[in-house]
Amino acid sequence: MKMNNRLKIGIVILTIMVLGSFLLPLFHNADPTKQGTFPKNLPPSLAHVLGTNSLGQDLFWWLVYAVRNSLILGVSVSIFTTLIAGTVGLTAGYIGGGSDRVIMTLTDVIIAIPVFPILIVLATLVRGQTSFLIVSVILIFFGWAWGARRVRSMALSLREREFINVAKFSGSTTLKIVFREVFPYVFAFMVVDFINAILWVINTEAALAVIGLSNVEIPTLGSIVFWALNYNALFIGQYMWIVAPVVATVVLFLGLFLTSTGYNQMYATRRGHS
Amino acid sequence: MIRLNNIVATYTTTRGEVSAVDGVNLEIPTGKIIGIAGESGCGKSTLLKVIYGDLIYPLALKTGSVQYGFDSFGQEVTTSDIKEYWFKRISYIPQSSMSSLNPVIRINKQFTDHLDPSTDKAKVLEDVRAYVQKLDLPPEAIDAYPHQLSGGMRQRIMVAMGTFFNPDIILADEPTTALDVVVQKGILLLLMGLQEETKSTIFFVSHDMGVHYQITHKMLIMYAAKVVEFGDSDIIFTEPLHPYTRMLIESLPTIGDDHLRTGVSGRPPSLWEDLTGCRFAPRCPLATELCQTTEPEFKEYRRGHFAACHYAENTYQSSEIAILYDHHPQNQSPE
Amino acid sequence: MALFQYIVGRFVSYFVVLFIGLTITFFLPRLMPSDPIEQYIFELQSQAGQTMSPDEMANLRETLSQIYGLDGSLVSQYLGYLERVILHFDFGPSFASFPAPVIGFIVRALPWTLGLLATTTLIAWTIGNLIGLRAGYHHNSRAATVMEVVGVALYPIPYYIVALVLIMVFGYLLSIFPLTTTIRPGPLTFAKMRVILYNSVLPALSIIVVGLGWNILSMKALSFAHKEEGYVTFARLKGTPSRTIMNSYVGRNSLLPQITGLTLSLGAIFSGALLIEILFSYPGMGLLMRTAASSGDYNMLYGTILVTIFAVATATLVLDLIYPVFDPRIRYR
Repeated sequence: MKMNNRLKIGIVILTIMVLGSFLLPLFHNADPTKQGTFPKNLPPSLAHVLGTNSLGQDLFWWLVYAVRNSLILGVSVSIFTTLIAGTVGLTAGYIGGGSDRVIMTLTDVIIAIPVFPILIVLATLVRGQTSFLIVSVILIFFGWAWGARRVRSMALSLREREFINVAKFSGSTTLKIVFREVFPYVFAFMVVDFINAILWVINTEAALAVIGLSNVEIPTLGSIVFWALNYNALFIGQYMWIVAPVVATVVLFLGLFLTSTGYNQMYATRRGHS
Repeated sequence: MIRLNNIVATYTTTRGEVSAVDGVNLEIPTGKIIGIAGESGCGKSTLLKVIYGDLIYPLALKTGSVQYGFDSFGQEVTTSDIKEYWFKRISYIPQSSMSSLNPVIRINKQFTDHLDPSTDKAKVLEDVRAYVQKLDLPPEAIDAYPHQLSGGMRQRIMVAMGTFFNPDIILADEPTTALDVVVQKGILLLLMGLQEETKSTIFFVSHDMGVHYQITHKMLIMYAAKVVEFGDSDIIFTEPLHPYTRMLIESLPTIGDDHLRTGVSGRPPSLWEDLTGCRFAPRCPLATELCQTTEPEFKEYRRGHFAACHYAENTYQSSEIAILYDHHPQNQSPE
Repeated sequence: MALFQYIVGRFVSYFVVLFIGLTITFFLPRLMPSDPIEQYIFELQSQAGQTMSPDEMANLRETLSQIYGLDGSLVSQYLGYLERVILHFDFGPSFASFPAPVIGFIVRALPWTLGLLATTTLIAWTIGNLIGLRAGYHHNSRAATVMEVVGVALYPIPYYIVALVLIMVFGYLLSIFPLTTTIRPGPLTFAKMRVILYNSVLPALSIIVVGLGWNILSMKALSFAHKEEGYVTFARLKGTPSRTIMNSYVGRNSLLPQITGLTLSLGAIFSGALLIEILFSYPGMGLLMRTAASSGDYNMLYGTILVTIFAVATATLVLDLIYPVFDPRIRYR
């Protein structure tokens, strides 16, 4: 199977981001969020690649931890949403009938409800103690529906295909068919959905953090922006404080997106409809 | 007369160029139904595309041209300008009516959207309504959306589109394969009736020899990108010159005959291979040393009856071919 | 008949969405470990810097319970809540500006949000589809590749990043547009409309930019796929002009999934707009929510969330009802 350029660029970006954010902290024991570790507002230098901010924190290290934490959150939540999406989508799509109608109504309802306001309410309710756990639970609760819809329509179209009928008439059980015959086809879609879910999770948490409603004590791609805005970084000319996380976020998201569409393209070509 | 002058048509693929039609030289009388038969991949659809002038990448006309037998401004129309006459003097009836009609716009719009903007479309549609009644369609049918009509009605619509402008040449690419037998018969009769009336030339592609037997006046048999036989249908079906044609006909069932149908065994050669000699030789029960090494010339054996076979003169006389064929090692199937 | 069934089906799912939305909003605070009343009293005390007498406290608790609809059994609370919200649009009084009712604030904020959203979504969807159709139809051209790259670059960028970049570039570096929204109350004069437009440019641009990426990419993929359909080939062989093929054949058929796509992403677009409003202090629902969140104004929060769900569900319903206009297969069966 030949990788296309999109997938190559995407994977290169992701590899650098993942390796960098997970390996670099091993050589750095200090807590990047500790204030006044360094002199304030230093310009970029060899010692501080991106300089320091108004709180005397090293921006580079803060950013490394932010990328790592955002990735951890994104991946762990997405594992759950993808598993739920796969199970629900296959159940609805393959078994069909009444269970399909109920599940699809539920899915459409969840898609129709805007998540962000609900997160705002929850963050307010648990004021000041917004833990990643609560944010994660809510994201899982609202995050599976898109994927489930896609997996379902895929499974639905597969149900009519010849090879499934062959398996059915040769006496396989429904469960066996779903796992042996349908799942491998749906798998490629689930990989794409998994990566898209990571994007969505990181984005949503960051959005919540930017307006100060997530746990801003933990470095994430959102909380760094929150502090920058809170200390009027632009106003005092601390551009690096905003530019660095913006660039990091854009690069990371591009990496994720290129990987997911590139992978999708590769599979589409292999399946023969491109 | 429609002339196919030394036509070589190639497809560009990742492996390089491959000739799907490889040197076809024919003069075809107008006003007839010409059947084109052969196995899938023999080049019959490609030949149709070449005749229609639908030469878009990856298909290209390497050499040759088609002369269509009608003039425009005193000049005979050839491949280079046939596009100007699409759905004016040459038309096309596609295979599947369901996928060939735009599902979201009304049929009447699809009937006229290729016309010159200056045409009075209301007037044209008036005539179309009258015309489709001749084709056993209610006039309102053209105001419907495709999904509102049955498969048979939709295919009649396709026939109506292809014939309404009274073209000189109609190309039909397996126009009935997707239909059930009763509907199929209706469409075939319709096509025959229309041709009888207008004396247009119809090129009819099908892999179904039974259909060819019913409706064609002339037959063109293709094998591995070459034309192997061409002649009047009644003669071809009774006294074929080429063993391949013979085999195609042999595969037809006849009522009262309870012989096991043998079909044509083996597969055509890959066009990527080195193709010296007669391309049919590997499957031919009559093949000799000569056939392996020398390509037979496509020539006229009887008046208007062409074939490309070294043993064409013996073939139709030989009643042994069937026996030979049955004993051919490739046909000794386990059942 | 099928059309009737389709419409009934859409209405049913509309009411199901509303009902589930109402229910979630009712149970959400009750499932949380913290008690808004205790929190409120605690805040009141720390603000006033003195302690209340137990009697006063009990009194306050009772009044608050009543206002919040927290007295009685869970079932009677739920029924009372449904009655107030559905029949009277009554979300109770605001706490930050007691006793002004929440609904008043919402009525003032909602037009801003809807106006911003409707305009930007329409612009992004229309332009995105026009560009995407051309990029997909002429997929071999250089311009198509450029548009695809633009789409890929825009699509994954989150709303807040776009907003930050626009603020940095147009607010700080170029100082063309204001950093935050300042619109004084007053009658809607021509001059005021200009102020509103001027203040809306950056928030609107943020939403449009994100929407453009999505629309270009998905329309491009759809057009590219539909170009291979049999009816497109047949139209070409009929000699139908390329422009007509692009618009009536490829475009018309690609439009349908694009409408469905828009319908399904309304929730996400709404979420994005709320965030944009907060970042630009745009006086819509988002800002109302943010203010309510920081002042612990729960009634306001529940009110805004319900109206948001209601707005998204209604917009979805409207699009669902428009859909058959474009798809004859639903209109005539």
